[in-house]
Amino acid sequence: MFYREAGDFSTSYPEDSQTFPIKFDRYRYYLVLFTAIVIIPFFINDYWVNSLFLPFLIYAIAAIGLNILVGYCGQVSLGTGGFMAVGAYACYKLMTSFPDVSMVILVLLSGLITALVGVIFGLPSLRIKGFYLAVATLAAQFFLVWLFNRVPWFYNYSASGQISAPERTFFGIEISGPNTQAWATYLFCLMFVIASAYVARNLTRGSMGRKWMAIRDMDIAAEIIGVNPLRAKLTAFAVSSFFIGISGALFFAIYLGAVEVGEVFGIQKSFLVLFMIIIGGLGSIFGSFAGAAFLVLLPVALKIVGVDWLGWPTDIVAHLQLVIVGGLIIVFLIAEPHGLAQLWRVAKEKLRLWPFPH
Amino acid sequence: MPEQLAFALEVTANGLMAGVLYALVALGFVLIYKASGIFNYAQGVMALFAALTLAGIIDGQVPFSHLINAVFGTDVHYFGWNAPAFLAILLTMVVMIGLAYAVQRLVFRHLVGQEPIILFMATIGLAYFLEGVGDLMWGSDIKSIDVGLPQGINTWIDDTTFNSLGYGFFIDNLDIVASIIAALLVIILVMFAQYTKQGRAMRAVADDHQAALSVGVSLNFIWILVWSLAGFVALVAGIMWGTKSGVQFSLSLIALKALPVLMLGGFTSIPGAIVGGLIIGVGEKLFEFLIGAPFLGGATENWFAYMLALIFLVFRPQGLFGEKIIERV
Repeated sequence: MFYREAGDFSTSYPEDSQTFPIKFDRYRYYLVLFTAIVIIPFFINDYWVNSLFLPFLIYAIAAIGLNILVGYCGQVSLGTGGFMAVGAYACYKLMTSFPDVSMVILVLLSGLITALVGVIFGLPSLRIKGFYLAVATLAAQFFLVWLFNRVPWFYNYSASGQISAPERTFFGIEISGPNTQAWATYLFCLMFVIASAYVARNLTRGSMGRKWMAIRDMDIAAEIIGVNPLRAKLTAFAVSSFFIGISGALFFAIYLGAVEVGEVFGIQKSFLVLFMIIIGGLGSIFGSFAGAAFLVLLPVALKIVGVDWLGWPTDIVAHLQLVIVGGLIIVFLIAEPHGLAQLWRVAKEKLRLWPFPH
Repeated sequence: MPEQLAFALEVTANGLMAGVLYALVALGFVLIYKASGIFNYAQGVMALFAALTLAGIIDGQVPFSHLINAVFGTDVHYFGWNAPAFLAILLTMVVMIGLAYAVQRLVFRHLVGQEPIILFMATIGLAYFLEGVGDLMWGSDIKSIDVGLPQGINTWIDDTTFNSLGYGFFIDNLDIVASIIAALLVIILVMFAQYTKQGRAMRAVADDHQAALSVGVSLNFIWILVWSLAGFVALVAGIMWGTKSGVQFSLSLIALKALPVLMLGGFTSIPGAIVGGLIIGVGEKLFEFLIGAPFLGGATENWFAYMLALIFLVFRPQGLFGEKIIERV
C-alpha cells in the first residue's frame, strides 16, 4: 500500500538494472537529495553543522569505505583510524605545499595517497586471514599514528606537533580555516558523500563487487572459479582506503581544522567506524549511512537526555554511552546480524503488504 | 663496550619480565579460544574489570555509587570498611564467575555456530560494555592495588651484578614475583587440563563440540568453566598490572599487546603464549634500546610488537606452535 511496485514495468535492460528500479524508491531518493542539497543549507547553523551534519557526512564516507573492505570483501580491518590519519596528513602536506590547487583535487589526491598506503598494508591479507588479519591491521594503526607523531616533516616542524588547516576557498567561498560559513562546509562535504555513495554503489554491484563478495563468501572457492584473489583483495583495500582517506582529509581540513594525531585518529576511531557498519549493516551502502547517523546521533541524544534534562554529570553519561554502544553491538549481532539495513528491508516488505498481509 | 653490553643485558632481563605479563593476558585468550573458538577481545577489559572490582572491594566502595548519587540525589561512596586482600580476591573471583555465567548465558549461547569473525566482533562489543560497566560501578579515577606483593628494586640482583659486572641491574621484585606466579599458573592450568575430569571434558570440547556433546559433556557448563578460568587469569593479570602501574583504562590496552603475542605463539598453544610473550617482551625492549631510541625518535614500543607479528605471520600464518591451518572448499 504505502510502498508498492505496481505499475512499474521495465521495458529495457538499463531500466531494469538501475539502482532504484522501483519508482517509489527513486522518487524518495530524489526527495532526499533535494532536501539535502537545496533545503537543509538554508536552515542550518554552526551548532547543527558541527555537532551533527559534518560528523555524519564524514563518518558516512569512512563507513562506506570500511564497508567495502569488511562488508563486501570480508577482510576485517582495525586500521581505519590510521588510514584516516594518512588522509588528513596527506591533505595537510598538500594544502601547505600547493596553496593554489583546488581543494577538491587535493582531497582526491589525499584519497589516492591513502589508497597506496592501504594497498601496502593490504599485502599481508593474501597470507593472513580472518581475525589474524584484523590484528595485523592493528600494526597499520599503531605504526601510522606513531609515524605522524614522531616525524616532524609530517607536521611541518610545528612546535605543538599539531597540524592546523590553512584557509582555503572553493569558488571564492571559504571552506577551511576559522571563518567558514556553516552551509559552505556542509555542501562541500555533501558533494563528496554523494559522489562516494554513487561510486561505491556502482562498484559493488559491478563485476568488481561480485568478485569481492565471492572472496568474502569463500576465498578458496572464489579462486577456483577464476577470481584472482590478489587483485580482488588489493582493489578492495585500495578502494576502501581511498574513501577512508577522503573522509580523513575532510575530517581534518573541513570539520576539525586542527588535529593531534594520537587523540583524533587513535584506535578508538577504528572501532567507532567498525561499529557503525556493524550496527548499520555489513555489505550495504544504506547501512553505512544508517550506522553513521546512529552513532553520531546517539552521543548527542544521550547528552541532551542525561546532562541537560536529568542533570547527571558528564562522565556518567559518557560511561553509559559505552555500555549502550557495547550492548547494542551484541544485541545487533544476535538479533539482526545484518543491522539497520536489514530492519529497513523488513519494514519495506511489511509496508508493501500493508494493510493486507496475506 | 662492556657497559653497553651490560645495559643490553639489563634491558633483556626487563623485557623478559614484561613478556611474562603479556603472556599472562595471552593465556586467557588461548583458554577461551581453544575451548570455544571465540577470540575474546574483551580479555584485557576483563583484567581491568577484575582489578577495578578488587580495588573497589578492598576500599569498601559502594558499587554504582556515582550512578546512585546522580539518580537519587544521595551521597554514598564507601561502606566504611576495608576488606582484607585475601577475602577481596575471593569475592572478586565470585564476581568473575558470575560474569562468566552471564556472558555465556546472555551472549554466546545465542551466537553458537556463527562465523568466528562475528564472535570476535561480539567480544569487541562486550569489551565496550564491560568497560562502561566497570567505570559506572567503581568510578573512573586511577586506583592502586596493594595485596601485599613485594615491590621495588631487588637488592640481591643489584649487588650480585654490581660485583661481577661492575653495573647493578635494576629489576623490580614485583616482576620476579609475577614471573613465579605466571609459571605456577601455567603449571596449574596444564595439570588441570591433563589430569582432571573437567579438564579432559574441556579438551574434548576444544577438539570437537559435537563429539563432546554426544558423549555427554555439557557444553554450557564447560564454556562457563572456561570463561571463569579466563576470568581467573584476568584477575591475576589485573593484580600484577594494577600493582605495577595502577588500575586505569590503559590496562585494557595491554590486551591489545597480547594479540601479537598470540599471533606469534599460535592461538591454540599455551606454551606458545608464554614463548610469544617472552619474544615480544624482549624484542620490543631491545628494539627500543638498540634502534628505536637512538635512531627513530623513541616510543617504538607502540607498534613494534604488531609489526613483528605481521611480518612473522606472512611467513608462518599459524604462528610458532599453532595447529596447521587446513582449508577446504
